[in-house]
Amino acid sequence: MTADSASAASAANGDGGGELLLRAEHVTKYFPIRSGVLLQREVARVHAVDDVSLELRAGETLGLVGESGCGKSTLARCLARLYPLTSGSVVFEGQDISRLSRRELRPVRRELQLVFQDPYASLNPRKRVGEILSDPLRIHKYGNRDEIKRRVRELLELVGLSPEHINRYPHEFSGGQRQRIGVARALALHPKLIIADEPVSALDVSIRAQVINLLDDLQDELHLTYIFIAHDLGVVRHVSDRIAVMYLGKIVEVSPAEELYQRPVHPYTEALLSAVPIPDPDLSDRRVQIVLEGDVPSPIVPPSGCRFHPRCRYATQICAQQEPPLAEYGSGGHMAACHHPLNIEPATAPAAEPLSAVAGAEVPAEEPQ
Amino acid sequence: MTGEPLLEVRDLKVSFRTEDGLVQAVDGVSLSLSEGETLGIVGESGSGKSVTMMSVMRLISDPNARFEGQVLYKGHDLMTLNPEQMREIRGTGIAMIFQDPMTSLNPVYRVGWQIAEQIRAHENVSKQAARARAIELLAAVGIPQAAERVDNYPHEFSGGMRQRVMIAMAVSCHPDILIADEPTTALDVTIQAQILTLLRKLRSDFGTAVVLITHDMGVVADMADRIAVMYAGRIVEQGSRREVFYDAQHPYTWGLLGSIARLDRPKPRRLATIPGQPPSLLRLSPGCAFGDRCAHRFDLCDERPPLLARIDGDHLDACHLEPKQKKELRETTIHPELIGNAE
Repeated sequence: MTADSASAASAANGDGGGELLLRAEHVTKYFPIRSGVLLQREVARVHAVDDVSLELRAGETLGLVGESGCGKSTLARCLARLYPLTSGSVVFEGQDISRLSRRELRPVRRELQLVFQDPYASLNPRKRVGEILSDPLRIHKYGNRDEIKRRVRELLELVGLSPEHINRYPHEFSGGQRQRIGVARALALHPKLIIADEPVSALDVSIRAQVINLLDDLQDELHLTYIFIAHDLGVVRHVSDRIAVMYLGKIVEVSPAEELYQRPVHPYTEALLSAVPIPDPDLSDRRVQIVLEGDVPSPIVPPSGCRFHPRCRYATQICAQQEPPLAEYGSGGHMAACHHPLNIEPATAPAAEPLSAVAGAEVPAEEPQ
Repeated sequence: MTGEPLLEVRDLKVSFRTEDGLVQAVDGVSLSLSEGETLGIVGESGSGKSVTMMSVMRLISDPNARFEGQVLYKGHDLMTLNPEQMREIRGTGIAMIFQDPMTSLNPVYRVGWQIAEQIRAHENVSKQAARARAIELLAAVGIPQAAERVDNYPHEFSGGMRQRVMIAMAVSCHPDILIADEPTTALDVTIQAQILTLLRKLRSDFGTAVVLITHDMGVVADMADRIAVMYAGRIVEQGSRREVFYDAQHPYTWGLLGSIARLDRPKPRRLATIPGQPPSLLRLSPGCAFGDRCAHRFDLCDERPPLLARIDGDHLDACHLEPKQKKELRETTIHPELIGNAE
């Protein structure tokens, strides 16, 4: 956390043209690890999300990728204020929601909804579909009984289920249908932003495509903004306008979707893309995979400097000493935090010394040694 | 693919009696595996791919299960062996690893002990020798500081490391066949790449034949020599890796290939989908099980199509369409972006 990346964050925005919907600044979430019987002293902290800044514009889809434990779900929960932040702020529609009380948050919740990964765990098995969908409507005093009933039917149709399903229990549905119910519940109160946390990971391929297409249609129809979390890079590419790559609690690269795949700047992104198996035998045989050594380090004691340096094949001394700030590459809002950026054409990139040039312009950071 | 197959499954049928009726989990599956070959079995959940291989290993002890057919390993029918004889085959002849390494390792024993136990069950060696072998194996599967890690418990390992321990255990007695049931599904892509690299190395070092069960078309494209595609308890297509990917014959295979969001192609406007959902195994229609979801269904599909070589060689498929028709229809399913909006 050497550098102040506020100005960098303001550049990490979309070019979608929509107005600013959500801005996260220096969002940090540590989970304390306590020990001892009575006193419960805090002995260490899990650095789940560490100084993350990003912006989201209305109508866009931001993909959030990274390996398990990189903090993508925690970040999503922080943005939705399901967790209190350790520090930092989240501004949603011009209002700082990071310090609001539960009661004050209630109107915000209407606008900002979540869809979870496991459609078996996220639906109450003892409630009928009708109740599951009408609960949010009742809590938020949507209208009288008839209006609520009408809305529930409308929602079922919207997600491609039949209104006759209203009296069924979740176990009577397949995984894909349950995920549709989860989507319908999120849509109940006409939200602006939907945070979908691995919404299709638990589904089979053929069903996965159906749900992705549904989310796609709903976005067009209802002008939704999505934050789409997934570890499947193919799925993320398909749905996203922009993609943020996380590693050990940090955003290491943000880029317009297509560009990230064509021209990854951060070595971690490169390795991640290279690890995805290609469903094409000849291409698969021809390519040389980058196989990362070892596991993701513990977020309790993250590595010094760049957190990726122990596994990075380009790492040099500076990487262990100094944390690289997010710097801009190109004009399309492509940013990465790396001392040895890849795929930089000298003509278009900020010269041979992109780091110092950009760092000098944007952050009053210490001089590289 | 020379000589006698190492493993041959002939018309395997597995059904379970349940409260709701008879579930036909595997419905006439025939497979063969040659020495050193890698067979990929792909299919969605409930397609019977795991049950098939669990039956081969005789690991299903459910009293409500019924088995028919033959499983020939080196000429012996495994279905007729007694439990004692079967235990001899497991580990030394055929070994298996599973999706979730945490549930397949015993949490209360040290990993070294668990590996050594297996070695000592099959070979007459001393405890020390078995332990030394365990350390060697852990090092071979890429566990750093194997000599120290051998005394750790499973929970002290990460998911990828646990899967390595499982693989070490599986290859400890040099099996001819390694059955890997979704070995990387629970792992991150970068760790998946590590484990697949390891499997490839074992395959080339020991010449082990591998049966790889997965739902990921990318993984089979990378690893398999031959591929069998399963749907509703049956094999609907079987062929070499290139045949299945570049000349897929069954509409279900087209659907599978089309619905993947892939990185190696331009992004389609929409993903192709297979409409509907897999049929209930309780009430399978007498015809083609895929019929209800198939866009190219016609009269003949009410009759169950046999798995046949309809074009040439070893490329089998179970679809009544003419090979020529298939070629035209296929393009509309796999590359919808070239045709326009497929839906």
